[in-house]
Amino acid sequence: MRAGRFRALVAAAVALPLVLSGCGGDDDDAPTDVAKDTNFEAGTTMAKLNEAGSIKIGVKFDQPGLGYKKPGTDEPEGFDVEMAKIVAAKLGLEPGDIQWVETVSKNREPFLQNGTVDLVLATYSITDKRREVVGQAGPYYVTGQQLLVRKDDSSIKGPDDLGGKKVCSVTGSTSIKTVEEKYKAAPVPFATYTECVQQLLSNAVDAVTTDGSILLGYAAQQPDKLAVVGEPFSEERYGIGFKKGDSAMCTFLSDTIKGAIDDGAWKKAYDDTLGKGGGEATPPTVDPCS
Amino acid sequence: MDVFVDQFDVILRGFWTTIRLTGLSATVALVLGTVLAAMRVAPAPPLRWAGATYVDLVRNTPLTLVFVLVVFGLPELGFQLSFFLRAAIALSIYTAAFVAEALRSGINAVQSGQAEAARAIGMTFGQTLREVVLPQAFRTVIPPLGNILIALTKNSAIAEAFGVVEATGTFDNLIRDYPESFWALFIGTASGYVVIVLAISGVLRVVERRSVVLR
Repeated sequence: MRAGRFRALVAAAVALPLVLSGCGGDDDDAPTDVAKDTNFEAGTTMAKLNEAGSIKIGVKFDQPGLGYKKPGTDEPEGFDVEMAKIVAAKLGLEPGDIQWVETVSKNREPFLQNGTVDLVLATYSITDKRREVVGQAGPYYVTGQQLLVRKDDSSIKGPDDLGGKKVCSVTGSTSIKTVEEKYKAAPVPFATYTECVQQLLSNAVDAVTTDGSILLGYAAQQPDKLAVVGEPFSEERYGIGFKKGDSAMCTFLSDTIKGAIDDGAWKKAYDDTLGKGGGEATPPTVDPCS
Repeated sequence: MDVFVDQFDVILRGFWTTIRLTGLSATVALVLGTVLAAMRVAPAPPLRWAGATYVDLVRNTPLTLVFVLVVFGLPELGFQLSFFLRAAIALSIYTAAFVAEALRSGINAVQSGQAEAARAIGMTFGQTLREVVLPQAFRTVIPPLGNILIALTKNSAIAEAFGVVEATGTFDNLIRDYPESFWALFIGTASGYVVIVLAISGVLRVVERRSVVLR
């Protein structure tokens, strides 16, 4: 073969697998069947999203089990993500039509207010103060804070033993506020829970606090060094955020959550994500839309 | 706006931590930076090489990476320091490289005749620097040093991701509690930083005026 043709052949041989891997199609299947015969009232947000054929949903990218994007992957995974796919399916959208936007604690309200995202499912605890600025439907998951400690540290058995101890959680989270105000612990904020666990293992902090299911995941990774202690204290009710005043959306979201609980999609989403660490969860009662 | 009145002590505590962190890091960085600048102009090649390597390595590392190295790496070496001290160390190490370069530019600005004359009358390298060159270089380096100190003040905000509750960390916490006052809190926190920066530039302006060289 002449040199030119050989080089062309090598180039094609290299390019072909790259092209083919891109043509794989969507390999995540929807947790529920995508609704084909949607019939939304004209002018509602749901109709607009259905017609647009795409939706922007804000999720966390750094919370294992709830909203976690492994480095090197394109899509996040977790319980929040699965619930988001269920909502999108009810809107007649495939999981591939969802544009995942990373939202952190600070930007959930601004993103909803200025339209950067259409919905937020990002461990978004329902509070009255937040309900003044955005709409929150749900809860779709109720959990409680717990503590992760070193196994060889027996001084902390529950939240009452936290006085003056250094407790790590994520900057700006409700967990860190609770331990500081109610239990008089010294708050140590870090950017992610993984960093908190590293500080716990290097003896720089005495405990890590957040939602119990996330902590169980970390304890399961190092069962001889870490343990989850104490009964759940404080209640976190995760809601779906949407633009304030959209009462049709509130009704739609509440009905979708209730429907998912009734037909088993909620349980399947839980078992595939948070439930993997062992543990059952009771489906919550959804708040009425005000 | 009520959030300011209610949470004023919290906001003030956050800014006090920022001021302490900036002050400690600035002091250490100025001292370390002077030593590094001296190393870079020293007559002994190994010193020059060591100074240049330090500056090249540190200036080209993002501050967040320096923080990660210090906050997660120091315990591995056996040092259990508070998070405040670790943040101060990271900021000092990083800023010292910039201080060294600013001082070096000031040293270069002093006429070479000064150093030659000092050598001619028998002064050692250390004496030359201390008695002749650095005092003259001082006036030239005030604007760049001002820049560096102002950058340090703003860089201290990175500590919020590494266990230190300072002004930006306090802002994050208040946003969580008062999401409806987002803009008021943002402008308040930004204004706090502006006040600190204006204080620094004010002090440096006075220092510059005091060190006027009457020719």
